[in-house]
Amino acid sequence: MPTLNDILILLPEFYLVAAACLLLLLDAFMKPAQRPLLHWISIAVLLVAIYLVIAGQPPQAVTAFGSMFVRDDVAEILKVFALGTTAMVFVYARPYLIDRKLLGGEFYTLMIFAVIGIMLLVSAGNLVTVYLGLELLSLSSYALVALNRDAKLPPEAAIKYFVLGALASGMLLYGMSMVYGASGMGGTPSLDLAQLHNVMSYTTAPTLLLFGLIFMIVGIGFKLGAAPFHMWIPDVYQGAPTPVTTFIASGSKLAAFGMAYRLLDSGMGDLSQHWQLMLAVLAVASLAIGNLVAIVQTNLKRMLAYSTISHMGYLLLGLSAAGPEGYAAAMFYAICYALMGVAAFGVMLALTRAGFECEEIADLKGLNQKSPWMAFLMLLAMFSLAGVPPLFGFWAKVLVLEAAIHADMLWLAIVGIVFAIIGLYYYLYVVKVMYFDKPVEGSVLQVQSDRPLRVVLSLNALSLLVLGLYWGPLLGWCRRAFGL
Amino acid sequence: MISLAHYIVLGAVLFCIAVAGLFINRKNVIVLLMSIELMLLAVNMNFVAFSRFLGDVSGQVFVFFILTVAAAEAAIGLAILVLLFRTRSTINIADIDSMKG
Repeated sequence: MPTLNDILILLPEFYLVAAACLLLLLDAFMKPAQRPLLHWISIAVLLVAIYLVIAGQPPQAVTAFGSMFVRDDVAEILKVFALGTTAMVFVYARPYLIDRKLLGGEFYTLMIFAVIGIMLLVSAGNLVTVYLGLELLSLSSYALVALNRDAKLPPEAAIKYFVLGALASGMLLYGMSMVYGASGMGGTPSLDLAQLHNVMSYTTAPTLLLFGLIFMIVGIGFKLGAAPFHMWIPDVYQGAPTPVTTFIASGSKLAAFGMAYRLLDSGMGDLSQHWQLMLAVLAVASLAIGNLVAIVQTNLKRMLAYSTISHMGYLLLGLSAAGPEGYAAAMFYAICYALMGVAAFGVMLALTRAGFECEEIADLKGLNQKSPWMAFLMLLAMFSLAGVPPLFGFWAKVLVLEAAIHADMLWLAIVGIVFAIIGLYYYLYVVKVMYFDKPVEGSVLQVQSDRPLRVVLSLNALSLLVLGLYWGPLLGWCRRAFGL
Repeated sequence: MISLAHYIVLGAVLFCIAVAGLFINRKNVIVLLMSIELMLLAVNMNFVAFSRFLGDVSGQVFVFFILTVAAAEAAIGLAILVLLFRTRSTINIADIDSMKG
């Protein structure tokens, strides 16, 4: 029976659901002139949620509702960063939404529902919770991508995202059904991840189990955006409104890592020698396709989309090491990528105005002459994405490569290093365009005057430098979460 | 006597038809939505069959959740479809190609 204690364990989630419903009501009853208030209320809601997550942190892992829900350090860290990056997205999105007359309850409530999906997903202890969390996140994201209803590209991006996302969910579910069946052959059938952990040792249908595992990995690959399941990423990044792209590039990636960790380690950890190589293949394909195709892009959003694919390759490098060290490195990488992605898209949002989308790389020509500070922030984001020391991105790459080497996959680490060098080209190209190209005649490039955006964006980009110099505490936190 | 294997094969056939529908279909988006529904139903078939033959209800409970989410998913899919039709007056898949690279 559920007790009060179960509800207290889920307090941050319950609180957010209640807050999101209240926001919907507020939005319905507010006068149009008061609607901008929703922005500040939503940010406050997220900050309180961060407080609830941190303040209620249990000393060791606890489960609720018959182990449907797990609250451990891994979930706590991912939740804090998912909530934090979403709050940053809210700050960066405000001028964009005002300019396009999109500022309203839809954006904020859908984003908060998506975050609730992330929180459920990273805390899932059961296949049902994994699926429900994933769908809450995905369905909100589909709607968010189509937020700008009257433009030409968003509905197209949304339908592509929807069809491929639904295909991925279908694959994942089909895999889950097989795993469920295999767990019942020679034992009690179960949907509980902790009980599925040792299915391999007793099942009389190991082939069925492996089939299920393969389908689940296809689903995970789709959600991470790893090649060859990456087709949706470039179109969705390009077509979605930039604030939504920012969210998909940050919070969603943390969720995808959480899902992969829960399913593969908590659920299928016994089969690690089987999935290790599959993930390694996905990693190599993502590194190759992401880095090579990014080189020829002229659209900055599309280029960052391919760069996401390559970064998911590095994340998979850590996961495929299949040990606490690898998971800690992969989680560190996911957090690092979320912060870098928010910073890079944040600069684009700061340069976008009414009637002008800053999304071509050529739009950044001569940015250094117009606004040296913005150019510097973008430089930090680009160098960090490229993995130039001493920035944050460099340490994240070093750690996943180290984890791959310790897991006896030296070849994988070498592939990772080769593609990191190839990847340097297109990040440095952006820097070259900003610093060494002359501004276009009659260029309309201008920085948004919104003060919160400037302050938070500066802190965000500078944090990449600070965390690059003092990465110890964050890494220690990640490693402790995996018992290291 | 119909055995578990029959149901699993049926589920697999339905699933393959759905995936083929998604990939081969070049005509219109509504067929894609139908394929997605069929895929989820194939999964439900699997869950119910396993649940029945292995004597455990949790699989059938999962099916309830999948059905509910499938309904929400169809609603969102159709909403996006309406937007698509409003912005470009066609739902032909071959015409949805304004982003490349």
